[in-house]
Amino acid sequence: MNHIALKMLMGDKGKYLGIVMGLTFASLIMTQQPAIFVGLMSRSYSFISDVGLPDIWVMDPKVQFVDDIKPLQDTELYRVRGISGVQWAMPMYKGLLKARLTDGTFQTCNVIGLDDTTLIGGPPIMLSGKIEDLRRSDSVIVDIDGARDKLGKPSPTSGGKRIPLAVGDTLELNDHRAIVVGIAKVTRTFQSQPVVYTTYSRAKSYAPRERKLLSFVLVKAKPGQDIAQLTRRIRAATGLSAYSHNEFKELTYNYFMKNTGIPINFGISVALGFIVGAAVAGQTFYNFTLENLRQFGVLKAMGANNLTLLRMILLQAVLVGSIGYGLGVGLTALFGHAMRHTILAFKFPWQLLIFSGAGVSLICVFAALISIIKVIRLEPAIVFKS
Amino acid sequence: MTEKQLAVHCQHIGKTYQAGGQKIVALNDIKLEIALGELMMLVGPSGCGKTTLISVIAGILDQDEGSCALFGEDLQQMRSKDKLNFRARNIGFVFQAYNLLPSLTAVENVSVPLIINGVKRAVAERKAGEILELVGLGTRTKSLPAQLSGGQQQRVAIARALVHSPRLIVCDEPTSALDHETGQTVMGLLKDVALHADRALVIVTHDARIFNFADRIAKMDDGHITSVGAVNGLLG
Ligand SMILES: Nc1ncnc2c1ncn2[C@@H]1O[C@H](COP(=O)(O)OP(=O)(O)OP(=O)(O)O)[C@@H](O)[C@H]1O
Ligand SMILES: [Mg+2]
Repeated sequence: MNHIALKMLMGDKGKYLGIVMGLTFASLIMTQQPAIFVGLMSRSYSFISDVGLPDIWVMDPKVQFVDDIKPLQDTELYRVRGISGVQWAMPMYKGLLKARLTDGTFQTCNVIGLDDTTLIGGPPIMLSGKIEDLRRSDSVIVDIDGARDKLGKPSPTSGGKRIPLAVGDTLELNDHRAIVVGIAKVTRTFQSQPVVYTTYSRAKSYAPRERKLLSFVLVKAKPGQDIAQLTRRIRAATGLSAYSHNEFKELTYNYFMKNTGIPINFGISVALGFIVGAAVAGQTFYNFTLENLRQFGVLKAMGANNLTLLRMILLQAVLVGSIGYGLGVGLTALFGHAMRHTILAFKFPWQLLIFSGAGVSLICVFAALISIIKVIRLEPAIVFKS
Repeated sequence: MTEKQLAVHCQHIGKTYQAGGQKIVALNDIKLEIALGELMMLVGPSGCGKTTLISVIAGILDQDEGSCALFGEDLQQMRSKDKLNFRARNIGFVFQAYNLLPSLTAVENVSVPLIINGVKRAVAERKAGEILELVGLGTRTKSLPAQLSGGQQQRVAIARALVHSPRLIVCDEPTSALDHETGQTVMGLLKDVALHADRALVIVTHDARIFNFADRIAKMDDGHITSVGAVNGLLG
């Protein structure tokens, strides 16, 4: 009976296209909105991802997320280095400092100070220059988005495009001269300020004089060292907070989930997308069964049992579901691809693929079930009605 | 006549519909016997219960009262699964509106009853092709219903009703959507090809021009059978 079910489905090209399009649309809005949501939320911790290398981040116990800086004393670095199981521990400065541009205007920058010798925690991708150039005096590396936009030099013609900051240009950070030696690509975060990388000691000299300036201690565990154990040991020895790479991401992510309007605002649009998608897809498929009710009635009169009809309807649902899902997900991926160079947040992890796949399956099974109830209740005697 | 030789044996059949709080008595104390090898016509004014009666006979509608035996078996007493199997094996249907599946070709449509009976698709379609040949549509096996005339569609429907060699074929107004000549052809097919000694045909009709194809005619009015007899008697 399978070929009959498939022919029934595809016999009317127009209707068939309609159902597939409904399901495509449903899959599209069920993946595209969540992908933007996931992309947006992953920005909350993208700085942690960019730093990459360290296993453990050590910080003040009151820190709630990655941009919530509560400085430590420099001596904490040496205490962490003394703990067994630590391969290395490096300082990192992270803070907002004012930069004076050549045209005399000011721009707040997110300044990252890296360990002077190892430069651990530097930008993930260098577009021009080398990260080692940071060892030269007064040198800084600037992120490309900042260099193009907020740190760019005003256009010589009024109203023209800004001229991007380039290697060899200078800035002033808190009255200290800084020479751009490299342009880097960093993953976008929630912070819109330009990112400026320099060494730890130079960052300290740029920063306003304060007793404590150490933002994080970045720790690498010895090979074979259990990370969870080491974080516990660091916590016990220093009284500071120590999080594994993923724990720190989670802390940051959860902070934004709890304390910003993003989840609720986006949650609503994702839920709405899901409901609209479900309604459209379910409705089209249910309508299809209703329109074919007479055909099912004929099969029933001729002795086809309910299980056979159920299988036919399920097969039809699974087929249009998979095609619609494939097309919808494909469109979402295309959308993401088209938007990859824009400011739009978009991330399409495999978990989302499963989530939306489960969603579409649920819709199809549900639509098939309400359809089959209709077919089971169907009196075969309707076949004699004209 | 003994039970065994009867294709259909209905006794005291009653059927009442409920429509919006109103009771409509569609069948009232129906008695009817149809023998194997017989072509029985059911005639009567619109709304007198003809369709309801053949629905009960074919086992697609349950009566409220009385019993109806097909080849000695009472369908209402059967479990629903057995009833479906019984229907699949023993009954062929022909409808006024043809009721072919629009997206299946003629040969696929005709093979449906065999497939429901568990016959393999290739075998079923070969058999279906032979039957289509028999009803004069050997060249149109690949056509979709929409590509066929009304008379041709009804011939496909007759082939479908025959293909699994059922012992009873029920037809509701098989000719009323067709012109006179085509109606005669279709009836000729039913009488010559469909009917034989091991099979009975029940045909509901309004169409007096086909009465002469009947072996016997049962006249109905208002839920009753008012007379059963040979064609001549009725027409006279
Ligand atoms: N499903 C139903 N619900 C309620 N009443 C019904 C139903 N089916 C038929 N009836 C009523 O039962 C009576 C008999 O209907 P039936 O269809 O058997 O008549 P018929 O002789 O076939 O008429 P026609 O020649 O117009 O086809 C009619 O009064 C009809 O209105
Ligand atoms: Mg009728």
